[in-house]
Amino acid sequence: MASSLHASEPVRLAAASDLRYALDDIIGMYRQEHPDVDIEVIYGSSGKMTTQIINGAPYDLFFSADISYPEKLKAQGLTATEPAVYAIGRIVIWSNTLAAASLTLEDLTSETIRRIAIAQPSHAPYGLRAKEALQSAGVWNAVQDKLVFGENIAHTAQMAQSGAAQVGIIALSLARFPELAKHRHHLIDDGLHNPLTQGYVVTRHGGNKPQARAFADYMASEEAHDIMTRYGFVMGPD
Amino acid sequence: MAALGPAEWQAISVTFRLCLYTTLILLTLATPLAWWLAQGRSTVRVIIQAVVALPLVLPPTVLGFYLLIVLGPRGVVGETLQNLGLHHLAFSFEGILVASVLYSMPFAVQPLTEAFRNLGRRPVEVASSLGAGVVDRFRTVIFPLTRGGFLVAATLTFAHTLGEFGVILMLGGSIPGETKVLSVLIYDHAEAMNYDAAHSLSLMLLVFAFATLFVVYSINRRFAVAKL
Repeated sequence: MASSLHASEPVRLAAASDLRYALDDIIGMYRQEHPDVDIEVIYGSSGKMTTQIINGAPYDLFFSADISYPEKLKAQGLTATEPAVYAIGRIVIWSNTLAAASLTLEDLTSETIRRIAIAQPSHAPYGLRAKEALQSAGVWNAVQDKLVFGENIAHTAQMAQSGAAQVGIIALSLARFPELAKHRHHLIDDGLHNPLTQGYVVTRHGGNKPQARAFADYMASEEAHDIMTRYGFVMGPD
Repeated sequence: MAALGPAEWQAISVTFRLCLYTTLILLTLATPLAWWLAQGRSTVRVIIQAVVALPLVLPPTVLGFYLLIVLGPRGVVGETLQNLGLHHLAFSFEGILVASVLYSMPFAVQPLTEAFRNLGRRPVEVASSLGAGVVDRFRTVIFPLTRGGFLVAATLTFAHTLGEFGVILMLGGSIPGETKVLSVLIYDHAEAMNYDAAHSLSLMLLVFAFATLFVVYSINRRFAVAKL
């Protein structure tokens, strides 16, 4: 029962870093409608969040940048719901110093570009998709020595934003954040990589917290969809 | 436990080079600094001592953040280097070397200061009155009498650099063969759930760190140079 839970007990969300701004906005709106519900959100790479949940992190909901991670949790019996798709993500070329809108993946081999930031492919889905896109474009070997790796996609965006890496392959959702949207970006053809099928799941920890399920339902609402769309997510079937 | 692959050996090599260079640079810088610090307790000395000890108490993120700003393309150092036709230092081996030198500074300066204080002024004054020059005094009097301090400073600097993580994560960019050190590789392995690989490297570091500290404390027992 909802009333059996104290309002002081927060709902903890673990979320992929590409949601950093979109989810903050959604939570802000949710709080206005439900001022009694305390929601905390912890951002990181999807792989890192999965490792933490496997090792007992007290997260009630997990929004991953790739549905394979919630599915891993399900396989270990750590979930209370079926992993479900909530959006499709996109990757873009972004730069603080170059006109990124006219940059293609092939241009990244240019000698004038010394450092390209991508997320760590081994545990950050956006990094893996960036790697796939670079491979499909046939430039992976040529750019490999220029790559610097962010711990998650928000860290990757920060590397490019600071200018220390001239170019970053980052999430469209981050490139739409006002601070980064001052510079234009080049949307990478999604035919060059596997889809960034974003999936969420209620964890076993959050299974008996009605507020956790309630917030998950809210993510499927029109208001939440509007925000997600504004940040460039392609909204999949509910 | 997994056998070590090329990525692991590459990280071991980067880490070893970083520790070695940091130790050599720091011993060179710390010796005159520690000597000066050992000569008295003036306010200026106390201020410098406090500055040197800062990395002991500051979160590595503070150092990492400022270094990223200063060494990056829009920072004082990074921009100057670029104007000279060189590369800025963010995401480079040179960059994490600068970071390591600052980060491990107290571990070189403090044991040496302590050793020089214990030495006192007498031996140097005697050597001086017998006509020994500066280099001679250091080589034949100061160094032999304080070599325990040098050993402790070198070992601790090396070991502390080995344990660096936060600063390198922020400033390094995990570039294989350049800035991907063991601590960062272990982090990546753990995040990617490659527990076997994380375990092999972690165990290796654990054994190495213990051996290092064992050496330090053994030296300390013989020379009583540093309070740790």
